[in-house]
Amino acid sequence: MRLTILGGVDKDGCADHIETLHIDSGEIVGIVGPTGSGKSTLISDLEQFAQRDTESRRQVLIDGQPPDAEVRADPRRKPVAQLSQNMHFLADMTVSDFLAMHAKSRGREENLIAKVIDLANTLTGEPIHPEHHLTALSGGQSRALMTADIAVISDSPIVLIDEIENAGIKKQEALKLLAGEGKIVVVVTHDPVLALMTSRRVVMKKGNMVRVIQTSEEEQKVCNSLSRVDRWLINLREAIRRGETVSAAEAAL
Amino acid sequence: MKLVVIAGTPGSGKTSVLMHAARCLEGSGSRPAVVKVDCLWTEDDKRIGRLGIPVHVALSRDMCPDHFSIYNVDEMLEWAKKQDADVLLNETAGLCLRCAPYPDHCLAVCVIDVTTGPNTPLKVGPLLTTADVVVTTKCDLVSQAEREVFRERVLEANPHCRIVEANGLTGKGGSDLAEIIRALPPAAENMMLRHNPPLAVCTLCSGELRVSKRYHRGVLRHMDGFMEYSGE
Repeated sequence: MRLTILGGVDKDGCADHIETLHIDSGEIVGIVGPTGSGKSTLISDLEQFAQRDTESRRQVLIDGQPPDAEVRADPRRKPVAQLSQNMHFLADMTVSDFLAMHAKSRGREENLIAKVIDLANTLTGEPIHPEHHLTALSGGQSRALMTADIAVISDSPIVLIDEIENAGIKKQEALKLLAGEGKIVVVVTHDPVLALMTSRRVVMKKGNMVRVIQTSEEEQKVCNSLSRVDRWLINLREAIRRGETVSAAEAAL
Repeated sequence: MKLVVIAGTPGSGKTSVLMHAARCLEGSGSRPAVVKVDCLWTEDDKRIGRLGIPVHVALSRDMCPDHFSIYNVDEMLEWAKKQDADVLLNETAGLCLRCAPYPDHCLAVCVIDVTTGPNTPLKVGPLLTTADVVVTTKCDLVSQAEREVFRERVLEANPHCRIVEANGLTGKGGSDLAEIIRALPPAAENMMLRHNPPLAVCTLCSGELRVSKRYHRGVLRHMDGFMEYSGE
């Protein structure tokens, strides 16, 4: 599958500097830029398969063609899964009831429920139980469950992620899980590890797609050392959460 | 003249949805006019007026606002004609959910807020089950999974409706709704309601203030569902 974004206009009505952007299956692309720079708008254009009918006037193509209106309107046929910035569920029901209902709405088997919960529990330090109420889950648990749900039940060839780093979950594992095999992943991020895990990143400024940066070999090395720092930080956090003390030796990088 | 009736619970985003659709309609050469029905107070005329299209506010005061909307349809269409409009968007007050103020020859739009949870579509009744289009709002506030479960519930309650996902802040969904409105045939004369309003002629309607059932006449339903007629 090839996703194509044809440039539109920014907040001042000026044309996107990037006129055409192709993303192929198996690629992880980042979107970076300060708050208000239009990152979420770009994600939303992709999610809707904008046809010059959104504020940005961008157009999104699948394999060079605009998708059918019916594909755009029916989430069951739309090849997109999205992890948005929401950190909480609002539905008043148990985890297993909710997952069963979601599996049904996607025409999937209900026996996927255990798989989703097991996977979610690999991403969060606080285990989720099938009988837990959705609304009572912590931010980290909710995010882990949303991530696992996307990986297992939605399982779409295009995955859009809006700022996974705020989630209090193991973000690199989450990204790898969502990326799966041969998917197109677009991730909005401020996080250096995640941004450098991508192969390219689009830079946004005042609503404009200003440039695309290819992740260099040097940046990949930076990414590897940053991952080590990240793991070290996670281990310290887990130790403190378990009620343990932390020694100076452990805290040395 | 085309007639679009936009109903839905208070705070669900009816006015925002209407404004985005009106803007898209205007952009494509249509001439929309808006009648907003409310009960006691509204400032929506100022809000909608910013679009520069004709707006009329009608307050139902001590009348049921949905009944008021229903029997005033002719006057509304007449008014819209005088404004040289070709589409009348009628936004209802949206209160008890039991009335569905949709005539047969209109586009019936039910606006519903996804943050109210996936059981809501089953509770709403004829307002949703007799709608042509169900617009789900505040979709950005819930996860994709929740949005899909909500959608499934809407389709359980009304399998034939078209669902438009809208976002009042970004305007998402406005162009989809406008496109559906453009394909709509004009309203007919002597229209009929799609669904009967609830029994409403009771002692309370004629001003009784005392609470107990012994003061009330007409068809009364007990808590256990038993119905009786009290009176001469």
